[in-house]
Amino acid sequence: MTYEARIGLEVHVQLKTRSKMFCACSAEFGDEPNTRVCPVCLGYPGAMPAMNREAVELTALTGLMVGAQVAPLSVFARKSYFYPDMPKNYQISQYDRPLCIGGAVAIEWEGREKLVGLTRIHLEEDVGKSSHFGTSSGVDFNRAGIPLMEIVTEPVLTAPEEADAFLQALRQMVRYAGVSDGNMERGNIRCDANCSVRLRGETALGAKTEIKNLNTFKGVLAALRYEIRRQQDVLAAGGRVAMETRRWDGETGTTASMRSKEEAHDYRYFPEPDLMPVAMAPEQLAALQARIPELPRARRERFCRDYGLPAYDSEVLAADKAVADFFDETARVSDNPKAVSNWMMTEVLAKLAETGRTLAETPVAPRQLAELIALVDRGQINMPTAKSLFATMFDKGGDPVALVEQEGLAQVSSADDIGAWARQAVEENPKSVADYRSGKKAALQFLVGQVMRRSRGRAHPQKAAEALEELLKG
Amino acid sequence: MEQEKRANGGNEGMDVRHVALLARLALTDEDAELFRGQMADIVGFVRKIGELNIEGIEPTTHAHRVENVFREDEPAPGLDRATALANAPEQAQGLFLTPRIVE
Amino acid sequence: MDTASVTLGEALAGLDRGDWSSEELVSDLLARIEAGNGALNAYLDVDADDALSQARAADRQRARGERAPLLGAPLAVKDNINVAGQSCACASRILEGYKAPCDATAIARLRREGAVFLGRTNMDEFAMGSSTEYSARGPARNPRNPDCVPGGSSGGSAAAVAAGMALAALGSDTGGSIRQPAAFCGCVGFKPSYGRVSRYGLTAFASSLDQIGSLTRGVDDATRLFFSMAGPDARDATTVTLPLPAPEACRREDLKGVVIGVPKEYFPSALAPDVRAAVLAAAETCRALGAETRDISLPHTEYAMAVYYIVAPAEASANLARFDGVRYGRRAAGATSPMDLYCRTRSEGFGREVKRRILLGAYVLSSGYYDAYYLSAQKARTLIRDDFTAAFRDCDAILAPVTPSAAFRMGEKTEDPVQMYLTDVFTATANLAGLCALSLPCAMNADGLPLAAQLIGPAFREDAVLGAAAALERAWGGPTGWMGRRA
Repeated sequence: MTYEARIGLEVHVQLKTRSKMFCACSAEFGDEPNTRVCPVCLGYPGAMPAMNREAVELTALTGLMVGAQVAPLSVFARKSYFYPDMPKNYQISQYDRPLCIGGAVAIEWEGREKLVGLTRIHLEEDVGKSSHFGTSSGVDFNRAGIPLMEIVTEPVLTAPEEADAFLQALRQMVRYAGVSDGNMERGNIRCDANCSVRLRGETALGAKTEIKNLNTFKGVLAALRYEIRRQQDVLAAGGRVAMETRRWDGETGTTASMRSKEEAHDYRYFPEPDLMPVAMAPEQLAALQARIPELPRARRERFCRDYGLPAYDSEVLAADKAVADFFDETARVSDNPKAVSNWMMTEVLAKLAETGRTLAETPVAPRQLAELIALVDRGQINMPTAKSLFATMFDKGGDPVALVEQEGLAQVSSADDIGAWARQAVEENPKSVADYRSGKKAALQFLVGQVMRRSRGRAHPQKAAEALEELLKG
Repeated sequence: MEQEKRANGGNEGMDVRHVALLARLALTDEDAELFRGQMADIVGFVRKIGELNIEGIEPTTHAHRVENVFREDEPAPGLDRATALANAPEQAQGLFLTPRIVE
Repeated sequence: MDTASVTLGEALAGLDRGDWSSEELVSDLLARIEAGNGALNAYLDVDADDALSQARAADRQRARGERAPLLGAPLAVKDNINVAGQSCACASRILEGYKAPCDATAIARLRREGAVFLGRTNMDEFAMGSSTEYSARGPARNPRNPDCVPGGSSGGSAAAVAAGMALAALGSDTGGSIRQPAAFCGCVGFKPSYGRVSRYGLTAFASSLDQIGSLTRGVDDATRLFFSMAGPDARDATTVTLPLPAPEACRREDLKGVVIGVPKEYFPSALAPDVRAAVLAAAETCRALGAETRDISLPHTEYAMAVYYIVAPAEASANLARFDGVRYGRRAAGATSPMDLYCRTRSEGFGREVKRRILLGAYVLSSGYYDAYYLSAQKARTLIRDDFTAAFRDCDAILAPVTPSAAFRMGEKTEDPVQMYLTDVFTATANLAGLCALSLPCAMNADGLPLAAQLIGPAFREDAVLGAAAALERAWGGPTGWMGRRA
């Protein structure tokens, strides 16, 4: 008997706003506990929510990107449940009138493009964060009230790896559009999964479980793999899968039933009387439409088409929007887009990885990188010089042409200068000369290196080799 | 008849203990007994709306509805931590303390 | 000066003339509170030193030549409106020890205009009640007859104003909580239209119904406080940006050209004869002032109480969920889990009436009952609003009773919640429809208890209500004139 799984995801994406959803407290990550709080996000008596326009617009923008319908009228609702991290003991969320309905996210799956259908996207506020000590728990409300976008997929994902591909695509998209930082380590993306298993060929879905606490991409994969196997084992043994909520434990690598002693939740949703409905006007939607950036797939295709890049290069460069933007700007003013791609994929990405900085945090401008490449292409500097020059530009900033002039780094090709350095090198390294003459051709590279050293890296390496060969011939 | 049915959803009466649990109220036996009778009276009283024909009527959530009331996304300082915690019944290390949460 | 009868306007005029200082006004009131509050329990907390220091600061400002519309004017504040640094316990055990970190928007506006905040007035716990008997700090009493209730939930504010322990007070009105105690105690109670005065900082009872308003000795004081508090607030999304009415339209001397509607549903056979007579006499005065009175119908009135007692508890059940012993207020001892903490804290902290309303609210919102109760009530609310919209096509304001009877006796209705609820029958409709409404004392009854008439105006036409009330008050000989009228 073969089984097949059906997975649906509920993904919570923290929106990239400066302030919280319903108050002006900073939405930045981190800081000492309870330093980004006010009467509103602490649920003080008399405090009232005031809706952040940007949070609504970022959610609608996401809706537009996935081809969802942005509802003509959308309503906020109170979802009641008691929990220490929930300041009001109700969460302002959306119920029967979410901001976005439908839509789909395109993913690559089994070598083809697949559209993963969405049920809805709605907006809600985050809760606080608790930590646990002996007999007590402590709550920090800095995170309470940060805007969260909840994206709900249809139960159409068929494997843990497909769920992963969906999350990766979703993350790339929200980062591209500046909707979220999409940083899972910081809890920017959190996920619950619905999972059911049925015999292949059956049309009705099997009994599903809801898995909570999936806070890393690896966790999603591992939890779903575990849960699918568990359900298959239950079915294979003739049992029935219980409809329940299960909690993923990353340490033991298992899911366990969250048997709550309390009654089943009754959230008692009702429309939030403190907030007015949202009605997106056509002109607002048009303005948002203009905010949609070129998305990764379109960009990859354009890079191949316009700059003649290989598919691999396009994939690497388009993965991150800041990198892609930087490449795009550089390639646009360069005569050698492939060289730009090579520089980006090697020197630039390496430097970013090494320093942990983002492109925005470095002083290098795209025009400067293009100039650097042009200097190489024109033979005005050699590659080793270019690389050390780039390191300077990356660390301290500076214009490559000016730097070359200031530091006297221009490549030297004159036969006189190179001849003089070559003679010195031959005189001072008789052993290498002897080696070369006895047939060890590799000794030439050492001597070229000596010429480069004497020229402070400026000598044209090819010309230096030629000059040395000429001298050693005799 | 249809109207009757609609408002008689709670014909069997309120399960006071269940609703109290939803609302996180621990009732003494005496209060539970008192409330059972009183809540039956009150529910009987509000059930009067079942007499109305409300087919096709739009519900009123706001006495005066406008749309799109937003604030701009500009951060401003809130309470300093000492003030935020000043009302806390129990706090330590800048956190509001509760009995241990069991997940 | 006699602080027992002077209006806020007269007190301010005296301050302007230099007849007295704010410190003298406040001292006088403090002395009266000291002497009288023990019997009436109108105030819960008075910080005399703080009130005097606010008054002295106002006097210094005045001495420097600074002027503000309410500079040095002492106000009493209902215990559910946040004043920075003061307690704001809503007369509940659950908020014991809570200190407000910030001013409510209405308070901040009054403060900017120079008001002095005298103390916290008694109320039904969380504004849930109609007699101020459901206060965790003990009931307040009616200064006209201490065996009678002062009404509620703003009963402390009404009693303080009527007893000469405050010149004016703030209250909140969710289903009649300003107008009904004003009627029982004999003061002017004004509830502006929903959305006029910011609710930010008013501890919410029922968010779609609550509104801050005033209890005063005269109509002009109500107008004065209304203009000081009203206007849009970025912190309250339900406040409106519509322009305020013209102040002169709120200070009418006659009612020529005005049509006053008299709704037949507000004069049922159960209406006390003295109340009926007083309201009809007010209609007569309206005609004498040049108004036309017209019989109108508000056909869904009989459903208003059912709608109100579904909508208000539903919203309240969520609004009061935050009182859990974690961030502020009372916390029960000995809890072993959050669940245990919530149940113990809330059971110890809330009184029975609050528990009843929370239970009712949770019930009407719960799975399986939402459509039959909450959603149906919201639809019925539309019908009630539509009644008024239609009525205001034929009239400028509506004249009706405030209460089915004059003040009832202490303990008379506490055992029967439904009987207590029915005292809101003529007032809750204005909240459901978001209208402005005012309770105007008209006469004394045979037992020496005040009788009042209600003026209800279209939303955001406070001038219709304040203007008509001003003309009536003037016709009866000024703010104290009603006391000499019998019905």
